[in-house]
Amino acid sequence: MNKSVIVNNLSKKYGETKAIENINFEVNNSEIFGLIGPDGAGKSTIIRILTSLILADSGKCTLNGLDVVKDYKKIRKIIGYMPGRFSLYQDLTVEENLKFFATVFGTSIEENYDLIKDIYHQIESFKKRRAGKLSGGMKQKLALSCALIHKPEILVLDEPTTGVDAVSRKEFWDMLKKLKEKDITIIVSTPYMDEASLCDRVALIQKGNIMQINTPEKIINNFTKELLSIKSKNIYKLLKDLRKYPEYRSAFPFGQNIHFTSNETIADIENIKNFLINNGHQNIDIKAIKANIEDCFMELMT
Amino acid sequence: MKNEEKVISVKNLVKKFADFTANDNLTFDVYKGEIFGFLGANGAGKTTAIRILCGLSSPTSGELNVAGFDVYKQTEKIKQNIGYMSQKFSLYEDLTVYENIKFYAGIYGLSNAQIKFKANELINKLGLQEVQNKLINSLPLGWKQKLAFSIAIIHNPKIVFLDEPTGGVDPITRRQFWELIYQAAESGITVFVTTHYMDEAEYCDRISIMVDGKIEALDTPDNLIKKYKANNMDEVFLKLARKN
Repeated sequence: MNKSVIVNNLSKKYGETKAIENINFEVNNSEIFGLIGPDGAGKSTIIRILTSLILADSGKCTLNGLDVVKDYKKIRKIIGYMPGRFSLYQDLTVEENLKFFATVFGTSIEENYDLIKDIYHQIESFKKRRAGKLSGGMKQKLALSCALIHKPEILVLDEPTTGVDAVSRKEFWDMLKKLKEKDITIIVSTPYMDEASLCDRVALIQKGNIMQINTPEKIINNFTKELLSIKSKNIYKLLKDLRKYPEYRSAFPFGQNIHFTSNETIADIENIKNFLINNGHQNIDIKAIKANIEDCFMELMT
Repeated sequence: MKNEEKVISVKNLVKKFADFTANDNLTFDVYKGEIFGFLGANGAGKTTAIRILCGLSSPTSGELNVAGFDVYKQTEKIKQNIGYMSQKFSLYEDLTVYENIKFYAGIYGLSNAQIKFKANELINKLGLQEVQNKLINSLPLGWKQKLAFSIAIIHNPKIVFLDEPTGGVDPITRRQFWELIYQAAESGITVFVTTHYMDEAEYCDRISIMVDGKIEALDTPDNLIKKYKANNMDEVFLKLARKN
């Protein structure tokens, strides 16, 4: 498989603070590669180095064979970049923004309309509205259209779905899937763990380090502990009581359940149940479940 | 219901901006010690409603009582009896941990002796002894958010409003944050919270879902999941939040 992006031993400090340390990964051609991690993990630093906006302290990275330092001018032509903060011109209309970006890249809206059609179509009826007056979801669609208007080979998106509601997030990921089919390589960062499953491969990042890189399925299969989902009437009491269980290892709330691991190789479900009954719990439900990415992330953090 | 005492009572709330109706006839009650999830897509009208409940904006019409006070006439009283925290605005970055606590406690009218007591209690509870004289901007986001929440309830308000308090926070800290919410609710503080994390919606006692300015659903997470034949709140939200 062709490597579209190669990142080698990337490190960057801001003053005394290490933002990222020895980052290595490769992204295949027309793959959706996710950088998954909380704020402060180093996602934006990696993205800004990749997009030639800041320099790494050490390390090397290439995009489709071009070096981010030496060939930065060429790089900027082949990538589309959507920064985390909305950075289009608020005082220009939807249409003016798109036209501006097309012109800067020496192209026109008409020339590449096919690529953005599905996305732009959803905001086209507002094309005379100023960008600053758009709703969050519409701004996001306009920003994506502007990042795509010069038909980039690689699309780099820094937290495109942060602060966006669950419905708009789903729509946005549907759009990314369609772009991938058009042979565009996509690097996308997100703090939402559930979005990992929508990527082909992901890097789980925490405190400037990559904890694991793999397909979402394989990351889940690497979770070797037996995981139990436990429910009872009072979830806060359940959490506190489970921590007192003699073989307690970890307990984290997930919606109305608590995901629990014990120190035993195979957890004694009957024993846990009796323990909870003795602590006055009612409507207890315990079942073994498969881990999700968030379980894996927390396991790697601890 | 744990407690029948209403701390928020909203009857027929309407808020219009020119010919746009942001809140279209909202009616709901929130009870003492309840964790109330206030959900909706971007632009559904949540922020408008929260601003009204906090006494920052006046409704066009409707009867509203917050923490025992009228939202038309007693907005200053409301502000003294609620706490507020959001991801965007919480603490002063160039003040230290201790200075932030002192500042907010002072604003809420705590005496010097109370401030000292509360500050120490809070610093110990959150394990911030080592960093109490460090500037806020040097702290990791997760610590800031936990501190911001604790400061938002430093005056022991009847209600605390949390507007997307956990955005961008790592999954372990996010859960620690929710433990603080559970503790606050247990101590009798009503928690009114918005979030885009649907698993967090399931931590709430009851949830309302706003769509296009109206409350489309209001019930316990369990009942909503049953009613909409869904597996989780994410599915309920996707079914409801975008009808058009």
